[in-house]
Amino acid sequence: MSNKICILDYGSGNVASVYNMVSRLSSAIISNKASDLENASHIILPGVGSFGASISKIREKIPLDALFSSLERGKPFLGICVGMQVLAEFGSEFGKYEGLGLIPGSVDELNSASEKIPHIGWNNILIQQNHPLVNGITEKDDFYFVHSFAFNPSDPKMNIARTNYGADFTSVIANENVMGVQFHPEKSQVSGLTVLNNFMGIQ
Amino acid sequence: MRKNRIIPIVLFKDGHVVQSKKFREYKNLGNPLLTINRLSEWGADEICFLDISRDNNWQGGRSDLNERTPATFLEVLAEVSKVAYMPLTCGGGIRTMEDVELRIKNGADKISLNSAIFCNPALIQDAIKEYGSQSVVASVDVKFVGDKYKVYIHGGQTCIDQDWKDYLRRVEDLEVGEILLNSINNDGGKEGYDLSMLSIATSLVSIPVIACGGVGEWEHFRSALTETEIDAVAAANIFQHQDQSVYQAHKFLFVHGINVRPPRLLETNYLKVTTNELL
Repeated sequence: MSNKICILDYGSGNVASVYNMVSRLSSAIISNKASDLENASHIILPGVGSFGASISKIREKIPLDALFSSLERGKPFLGICVGMQVLAEFGSEFGKYEGLGLIPGSVDELNSASEKIPHIGWNNILIQQNHPLVNGITEKDDFYFVHSFAFNPSDPKMNIARTNYGADFTSVIANENVMGVQFHPEKSQVSGLTVLNNFMGIQ
Repeated sequence: MRKNRIIPIVLFKDGHVVQSKKFREYKNLGNPLLTINRLSEWGADEICFLDISRDNNWQGGRSDLNERTPATFLEVLAEVSKVAYMPLTCGGGIRTMEDVELRIKNGADKISLNSAIFCNPALIQDAIKEYGSQSVVASVDVKFVGDKYKVYIHGGQTCIDQDWKDYLRRVEDLEVGEILLNSINNDGGKEGYDLSMLSIATSLVSIPVIACGGVGEWEHFRSALTETEIDAVAAANIFQHQDQSVYQAHKFLFVHGINVRPPRLLETNYLKVTTNELL
């Protein structure tokens, strides 16, 4: 089956970067039209910037009814960076904001007093449980991170991988077909391409 | 564990990649798309793409080599971002929010600002407000003159009247994500970084500092990463003159026990579109 990836467009700065990489693996479009969402085989929500600014733009620009009904039908979904964080119920960056509530939990400031914030740079992930998204990934794979906040899932079973930066935080999360990565796979060389390719292999 | 980054800098002037010495002499090294594609395939952690053109003197591609000839820096940026499998920082000639937006829109992940820090700090604040601190890099050029360090702007042409330590603190107060600190004296000299400048700077600010200026051998990366508190090492010329340079740099540091990503070439076997098709 040939994939068609819809990269959700809500004015996030890194849409072009995500498109550049995804379109080299599969056919892809950047869109916020309900029909494109419905016709896509996979959906990606990119993200860069703060929780509050992103969630308001998402609510304004993305047809959430179409998104939620696609997700209920089991369509694979990947949130990247802030695109992962907004899946939570709440975010506490610059005030308290309500997220999309697709994965129970909240997004709170990184708990790494001993390290510089934001966490900028390459770091590895420590896989907590097998998941198709992290097939072939080991502790030797590094990914590019840029963030000051992290996802605290209420249900530890949704925590697929953790990363250490002063303290551990959730770097890969999954609630059935709704998945998220805190790092930027589109900017993580071959390790990132492996994760994106894994995502596109999930039907 | 977070790794120290190794960042190739690609200097772009009037349509071509160039090599620089002391901010004065420039040697043409060729096509930016091919250059950045190579650095990406060799596993760069990040690339800093700086437009150092000063006047409107665009020379474009080589018609004798049948190269495609983009007409503006932004067109070049849009093309190189398609082969950048790692974060791409873009700097040079950014004076307005529109300049910032156009760079982000054409594929830059971060923008680097230099003269604007001094001339137009409101631009830095606006850029941070719109894209976040992590997207803004402050590039600071420093020259050792007489017995002290001084900050220069406008591509090393204008010395500013402010103590360099106060200037670095001021840069941090603007809430930029990181500082790219370049030594004008050491630029192109191949004698290594100015380690004392780096040590002073990292003791002054708590945001990440990227070392720049003077690398002539991989050992210079190692000494900076072991003898100072810098977070990343950058260099331009050294990455241009040997095959698989980025891979070799990672290998050297990794073997010497430095906390960097292991050397790894980009295996592109599952890509639908090859770079040759893009070119």
